[in-house]
Order: sequence, then C-alpha cells, then structure tokens
Amino acid sequence: MTNKQLFTKGLRDGLPICMGYLSVSFAFGIFTVGLGLSVWQAILISMTNVTSAGQLAGVPIMVGGLPLVEMVLTQFVINLRYSLMSVSMSQKLSKRVRFLHRFVIAFMVTDEIFAVSISQKEDLETPYMMGLIVTPFLGWVGGTALGAVAGDVLPASVVSALGLALYAMFVAIVIPPAKKNKAVAGCCLLAVALSCMFYYVPLFKDLSKGIAIIVCAVVSGVIFAIACPVKDEQDKKAEGKVQA
Amino acid sequence: MIDTGTFFLYLAVMAGVTYLIRMLPLVLCKEKIKNKFVISFLYYVPYAVLSAMTIPAIFYSTSYLVSAILGLCAAVVLSLFEKKLLTVAIGACCTVFVVEYIMQWIA
Repeated sequence: MTNKQLFTKGLRDGLPICMGYLSVSFAFGIFTVGLGLSVWQAILISMTNVTSAGQLAGVPIMVGGLPLVEMVLTQFVINLRYSLMSVSMSQKLSKRVRFLHRFVIAFMVTDEIFAVSISQKEDLETPYMMGLIVTPFLGWVGGTALGAVAGDVLPASVVSALGLALYAMFVAIVIPPAKKNKAVAGCCLLAVALSCMFYYVPLFKDLSKGIAIIVCAVVSGVIFAIACPVKDEQDKKAEGKVQA
Repeated sequence: MIDTGTFFLYLAVMAGVTYLIRMLPLVLCKEKIKNKFVISFLYYVPYAVLSAMTIPAIFYSTSYLVSAILGLCAAVVLSLFEKKLLTVAIGACCTVFVVEYIMQWIA
C-alpha cells in the first residue's frame, strides 16, 4: 500500500474510536467545569493527557489542591496499563517507523487505539498510525469543549444522567473480561471491596481518594498476580503439547 | 477556584507522568517482558483500578442514589451482553434520565 492508502485506512479505522470519544469526553467536559475549572482549562487537560480514567482522577486532585506527589502516584498507577500496551506496540511497529515518530505515536496510546493497532495483520507503519490517531484526538478534544460549554446550557436532569457516562464505560470495559476469566472477576471484586472500605469505614476513609485507589489496585493486582499468574505463550504451547 | 499558575503546575505534572508512561516503553523497549509476575500484575491492574474507581463513586455521580443504582444495573446488564462502550454508556445514562423523570413525576 502507498503512504496515502495507509493513512486513509488509518483514518477509517479511527473514526469509530472518535465517535466513542466524543460522548465520553463530553461527560468529562461537564464534570470538569462542574468542579470549577474553566472551559479552556478542561480543553487543555484533554489536549495534553488523552486518558479518560487518568483525567477523571486527576481533576479532583488538581481542584482540591492535594499534594503533587499524589498526582504523580495516581497518574502512574491508573495509567500504568499504557506501559504494557506500549511494550506490545513496540514489538508491532514496522522497522520503517522512524525513531522520532515513536515519540508522536506514544502520545496517543489509549485502550481503544491499542486494541485496533494490535488487531492489524501487518506491522504498523507511520502513515497508518497517524491516520488512526488524528480523529480520536480531535474527537477527544472537541467533545471536551462541547461538554464544557454545553454543560451550563443543558438542564440539570441531563447533566445528572451524563454524570454516570464515564463510570458506565468503565463497567463496559471490565465486565466482558470478568465474565470470561474468574481471576479477573475476583480481582475486580477485591478492588471494589477495598474501595468501599476506604469510602465508608472510619479511620480508612481519612485517606485521600487518589491514594485509596492506588492501594486498592496495587493490593488486588499483587494478590492476583501471585495467586493466578497469567499464562504466557510458552505455557499455552506447553499445555497444548501435553494435551496432544 | 485554583489560580492559573497552580493549574499549569498540576497540568504539567499530570501530562508529564502520563506521557512518560506511554513514551518510555515504546521508545526504549525492544525486548519482550519475560517476568511472569510483572506481566500478571500489569494484566490485573487496569481492571482493579477501573473497579475501584467505579464503586462506590458511581452511586454519587447523579442527583439521586436510586437512579445511580439503576443506571449501574443497566450498565452491568448491557455489558454482560457485550455491547459496545458507547451503547453501554448511552443505555445507562438514558436509564438514569428516565428514572429521575419518573421520580419527579411521582413526587
């Protein structure tokens, strides 16, 4: 394929992601302005971060003036999954991708873009990745702007309903794998139990929200990484041989 | 309201950490991770984070507790049928909207 064809293919693959981001970032815009930040501030956060869970957790830390170290730790833990995705993507990038282009592609490693990239049969070329990235970025920033501006205009009942949107999306990310894998389900239940403890139980609830989420995730992650280690390719091959 | 300087300080930290997490592995890593514990930990963490962030916070994300609970139920049911993210989000929000409309109509 020529560079132009690759770019066009990327654009086409990115469009559904863009649509999805519009609604989620719309909710983020409403959320952020609701916490007292300006429209331009909400837009700037989306332009520089492009991460739903990270932004949702980061804005209250910012608005509440919590210690910067909490911002660092929260973003680190919440976005740690991107490291794993970046590692996988680094193996899939074509040799023709220039070193400097890796810095651009890295900026847009999100759950959805990762999912589409990895599902490609061919190695990933720069023009394809640029096409894939551009509309989701515009959707993310544009949706934030619309939400931040229209949040004031929309009736309270609609704003209330949209307040649930991001959480609903998290549910939609977690439930399908939890349905198929009991260890994932167990890990989620443990995280929820810990999270409720930090929310309701005296003494524990004095801990800030950001740190509480980190503790929930790290404790659940470590326990399940030890109890139910993920099977890698070699294990699967070995099991296949045993069965055969 | 936070002042503009503070905003940019927090923004820089937030965006900086997020970018480094994405950029460093993509630029530096050419070898595959072999450590089974690290692979497993990185596999479970996102689900744990999202679960902990959602519950119980979702219960206080709307005007009423009842509408939030029913919204969560709608999201769970739609997710069990493996609907797309967008469908789940819209379905849950519509549930909240309808429930709150009925509640106001009754009251």
